[in-house]
Amino acid sequence: MKLEFDIASGDFSKAGRASSRIKKMLKQLQVDPKVIKRIVVAIYEAEVNVVAHSVGGKMLAEIDGTGITVIVQDNGPGIEDIEKAMQEGYSTATKAVRNMGFGAGMGLPNINRNTDEFTIESELGVGTVLTFRNNF
Amino acid sequence: MKLSEIIELTNAKVVAGDTEKNHNLLRAFSSDLMSDVLTLDTEHILLITGLANLQLVRTAEMADIEVVLLARNKRATPEMIELANETGLVLLETPYSIYRSGGVLFKNGLAPVY
Repeated sequence: MKLEFDIASGDFSKAGRASSRIKKMLKQLQVDPKVIKRIVVAIYEAEVNVVAHSVGGKMLAEIDGTGITVIVQDNGPGIEDIEKAMQEGYSTATKAVRNMGFGAGMGLPNINRNTDEFTIESELGVGTVLTFRNNF
Repeated sequence: MKLSEIIELTNAKVVAGDTEKNHNLLRAFSSDLMSDVLTLDTEHILLITGLANLQLVRTAEMADIEVVLLARNKRATPEMIELANETGLVLLETPYSIYRSGGVLFKNGLAPVY
């Protein structure tokens, strides 16, 4: 089962729609609630990241018999220093993002903690791709 | 702690959600930082916050939080109420500060997450 979502830059009112849809679907599939929570937290953080930091992007989720794989791809600007971005507490978020209750430098570490497999690739001026997977 | 007890102790008003459902909260947490809320792996939590926006309701949905108490007269927007009713979140508003809400609930036996 494949799902695709567009994620618009700066539109916080819609951030969480993809995570919400995926959560409902996993509930219907009667996946263990603990597994659902971990993956939806990761997806939600990734969604907020695209809204907060990028010029926009998309999310692809694929559910198979043994787990869920998510690819989150944005169209830039790319992350300058991935190692720093992965450190808890490091953030380049604007004041507006912080006012929304995010931007404390916990997003990527939170994704890493809540997923079984996680890779991040980024190129300045091109964009960032996050791929993560959780097994059921 | 029963939802009715939380409402009474904090002098709260229910603005969204089904209070008839048997909500029994085991622990409470307070934060305005949603990423912090998303690190919790405890169940049946009350979240006490001063952040009143749509992301609060989304965060509660993803973090499996059943009840949110908006402190110090922060008002839930119509969009927040609509989304809370859709996701089944109970939203409460209290005139008490985060500190006072936490204090009174702690004193009456609602345990902290940390």
